[in-house]
Amino acid sequence: MELYRGTIHELHEKLVKKEISSVELTNNVYDRIAAVEDKVKAYITLDKENALAQAAKVDEKIAKGETIKPLAGIPGAIKDNISTKGLKTTCASHMLENFIPIYDAHVIENLRKDDTIFLGKTNMDEFAMGSTTETSYMQVTHNPWNLDRVPGGSSGGSAAAIAAGETIWALGSDTGGSIRQPASFNGCVGIKPTYGRVSRYGCVAFASSLDQIGPITRDVTDAALVLNNICGLDPHDSTSLPAEVPDFTKALRQDVKGLKIGIPKEYYGDGIDAKVKEQIHLAIEKYKELGAEIVDISLPHTEYAVITYYIIAPAEASANLARFDGVRYGYRNKQATSAPEMTTASRTEGFGAEVRRRIMLGTYVLSSGYYDAYYNKAMQIRTLIRNDFTEAFKKCDVLLTPTSPVVAYPVDGKMDPLTIYMLDVTTIPVNMAGLPGISIPCGFADGMPVGMQLIGKVLDEETILRAAYTFEQATEFHKQVAALGGK
Amino acid sequence: MKVTVKDVKHIANLSRLTVSEHEIEKFTEQFNQILDYADILQKVDTTGIEPTPYVLPLSNVLREDVAVQGVSHEEALKNAPEVHNGGFKVPRVLE
Amino acid sequence: MTEYTTVVGLEVHAELKTKSKAFCSCSTAFGSEPNTHVCPVCLGMPGALPVMNKEVVEFALRFGLAVNCDIQKYSKYDRKNYFYPDLSKNYQISQLYQPICLGGHLDIQVDGKTKRIGITRIHMEEDAGKLVHSGATISTSDSSAVDYNRAGVPLIEIVSEPDMRNATEARAYMEKLKSYLEYTDVCDCKMQEGSLRCDANISVMPEGAKEFGTRAEIKNLNSFRALERAIDYEVQRQIELIEDGGHVVQETRTWDDAQGMTFSMRSKEEAHDYRYFPEPDLVPIILDDAWIERSRKSLPELPDARKARLMKDKGLQEYDAELIVSSKKMANYFDAAAAESTDAKGVANWMLGDVSAYLNNEGVEIDKFPISPKHLGEMVNLINKGVLSSKLAKKVFAEMLKADKAPAALVKELGLEQVSDTGALQAMVDEVVAANPQSVADFKAGKDRAVGFLVGQIMKKSRGKANPSMVNEMIVKKLKE
Repeated sequence: MELYRGTIHELHEKLVKKEISSVELTNNVYDRIAAVEDKVKAYITLDKENALAQAAKVDEKIAKGETIKPLAGIPGAIKDNISTKGLKTTCASHMLENFIPIYDAHVIENLRKDDTIFLGKTNMDEFAMGSTTETSYMQVTHNPWNLDRVPGGSSGGSAAAIAAGETIWALGSDTGGSIRQPASFNGCVGIKPTYGRVSRYGCVAFASSLDQIGPITRDVTDAALVLNNICGLDPHDSTSLPAEVPDFTKALRQDVKGLKIGIPKEYYGDGIDAKVKEQIHLAIEKYKELGAEIVDISLPHTEYAVITYYIIAPAEASANLARFDGVRYGYRNKQATSAPEMTTASRTEGFGAEVRRRIMLGTYVLSSGYYDAYYNKAMQIRTLIRNDFTEAFKKCDVLLTPTSPVVAYPVDGKMDPLTIYMLDVTTIPVNMAGLPGISIPCGFADGMPVGMQLIGKVLDEETILRAAYTFEQATEFHKQVAALGGK
Repeated sequence: MKVTVKDVKHIANLSRLTVSEHEIEKFTEQFNQILDYADILQKVDTTGIEPTPYVLPLSNVLREDVAVQGVSHEEALKNAPEVHNGGFKVPRVLE
Repeated sequence: MTEYTTVVGLEVHAELKTKSKAFCSCSTAFGSEPNTHVCPVCLGMPGALPVMNKEVVEFALRFGLAVNCDIQKYSKYDRKNYFYPDLSKNYQISQLYQPICLGGHLDIQVDGKTKRIGITRIHMEEDAGKLVHSGATISTSDSSAVDYNRAGVPLIEIVSEPDMRNATEARAYMEKLKSYLEYTDVCDCKMQEGSLRCDANISVMPEGAKEFGTRAEIKNLNSFRALERAIDYEVQRQIELIEDGGHVVQETRTWDDAQGMTFSMRSKEEAHDYRYFPEPDLVPIILDDAWIERSRKSLPELPDARKARLMKDKGLQEYDAELIVSSKKMANYFDAAAAESTDAKGVANWMLGDVSAYLNNEGVEIDKFPISPKHLGEMVNLINKGVLSSKLAKKVFAEMLKADKAPAALVKELGLEQVSDTGALQAMVDEVVAANPQSVADFKAGKDRAVGFLVGQIMKKSRGKANPSMVNEMIVKKLKE
């Protein structure tokens, strides 16, 4: 098996046993990137020189017999909305096309401490606003399972890189499903931790009360290893939880006996593609086989989740993106003769249509006269959605749903915005409630991967990891490899 | 029709954006699509329900009052489009 | 002719003298090179997040307690959204919906009467950066440079009820507010440096009317004097406008100190729609009884309490006491001087008279006053003991301004000791009376001012050293012989 197809835990063993070197591994992945990147286009920026320099340092440590952390010397890819000091961070936008951050995100600091390798920055929907990575200013990323299809979004670049063998692990961010959905479209694992588990300091804000950074990996074990590193209290983030971070790998046992798995009926309606539903039902059967107990659940306010999200998220985004005004950094229209004109021109030219649409929607729902009808109402409904989950978790330990109603669809499907928004129906409620959610591969439909989502209680990543791990180890889906066909 | 082209232009102005003539019709239509759909929210009885501005049960996250050097002057200006006398230069502030 | 009632409310922004900014650890130091106290947070860099400074909450709480506010146990932050180059995120973190303090008051003294001015609310927020314009003013500049050193410096905004009825009351309120800010040690109150700013909301209504008139907001008031002048001008402007058949427009106007007028700042845009919503990056502040009590216990003696004490213990008049306590440094100086002297009122008189005159002339505060409080007190004692006449004390005072020597030593050095020896005085009286027979005749004819003339002669002869009251008595006695 090629090194670039390896997992963190496998490759860590090899490094420690000195079967391979980090430089060798890193070069292997870069060679793979060179071979397929023109088809996949997962990366916006590659940082080969620094990556190899870092790899050499790790090899030195190993040679000296020093103990190394699991992520040391293992190359990963970082979604381009996570601040990396000295390395261009664009958010896939013309606005930040040449922006070089002056500080590292907290998660990047943590990862550097463990001597990991950063291959580069991955493509995404512009400012994380989208579900297909098509709104990127730079390029369209193609799904390695079928190059005519989208990789999902907004962390499409990271997920595609995993599927294409262009990285060993990756980071994404998730506001309404942006880690889980691309993971499901690309047949890999993606986890959005409990809100507050992972510091948002350095993650370019889209919707502050919904954003979380999380891992996209080849298997559940790798996801646990990355979580171990990136979770934890950060004094730079006031919304960072002081909760203790357990060793998530200890949750990786094959055991779901007596585990109560809730099946929320609202996630299995007509909006879900029949073939996707079929795969999910097979997964449910598998869990029964493995000893889990299936419980019927209802989350009655599910139907309001999407529109509530599309009020709250744009509202917060409209304020979060106000800082992009051409004054301190980013794109500036230099012809304007007044500051207001300069700001308007810079923003209009610097932001793509979807970003502008959402900013304006957000401005509208917050504007005088509409705050009560839209924003405040949405915040109340958010409470009801959270209450639904609280009630549900009195009857079960985890919830199981399809990650997405569909599999990856063709690039440039010319769907109208509202139709695309509605496809987030299965992932959005999890962000609304701040719960942890994981997507793992559970089958195929029309040759494209199908993802299954497990939703856990607040701070209960361990149970969803255990349930995911058990399923994974009892199946072969995580071993399937994308053929880079199509076109 | 909830919002008119005029409304969209006003919102754009508040957001420091312009919507071009050839985009404005489509934008307005899409806006209305979304806002019409938002009507379903009015069906939900939210009497007595507290809004959720915070998902976490956190409060009083406070920092000690100690001054620390932030970034250097050069780093602060590193990405500046234009600099003048150590400040971020902008064209005339009034319209 | 219609009589009008003036209605004034004041919005005061006070920069809190914490070491670090409200939401990041950058220094709040004033006057440094541009953009040298900045970080990703106050620069509004992508991905940066705010973290609340504990001391800001302490200061806001302390001040709120000092001005009798109803402390809100649950308060939170909101974003106030508008675009301006000095606002690094293009929103200001403030508190609209649930501020830390509601409903307080301050008492002011006007024309010997006490008036209570209500405080509607106090909330915490952050300051913006500073624009340095290329031209002389903002309107004559074709570019500006932004300095974010001040961006993120903590502020409290203190909003008064529209309880003031003229410029004098407004000024008295500002002076009271300033003294409270000083005593609670939360603000250094330097209006010239911008650490204390005031906007005035001014309207007029026909006397006896039930509803307030439309108000205008006046900005750019850089001193208490400017506040007074602006109120007087604006009231006049509004009355004239109304009498001419016009309507007062609700707008923001700027005070032009040079021209002594207010001008409309209305831009082509419509009124600001700030689109306030709860700040999702910060969590609520929950104050418990223990915290509030701790803060209350830590309050120093506040101006009104100190004033009452001075009136009670030192027998000062209310008017004098109010002036002395209006500045903490003045009050401390007074305490030290009065400790040396048995005559607190005498000390107060000197401080409100000659000392204040000096400070005003030189444009300094009492901490730069050359005479130590100990020596001032001693001087007052010498006057009371009859060693030094009040008139000659002025000479001693002038000498002490040059070099802070002990007054007793200066009296000796300058030979200014008052003569109170009966024998010596009688000799002078006899001499002067003998030398001025016309005065004697005048006195006997009923002209009492002859006494004054003769006293004057003796004061001249003794070079001011004769004890004037004793001399007076003795002359009258002699003349009556």
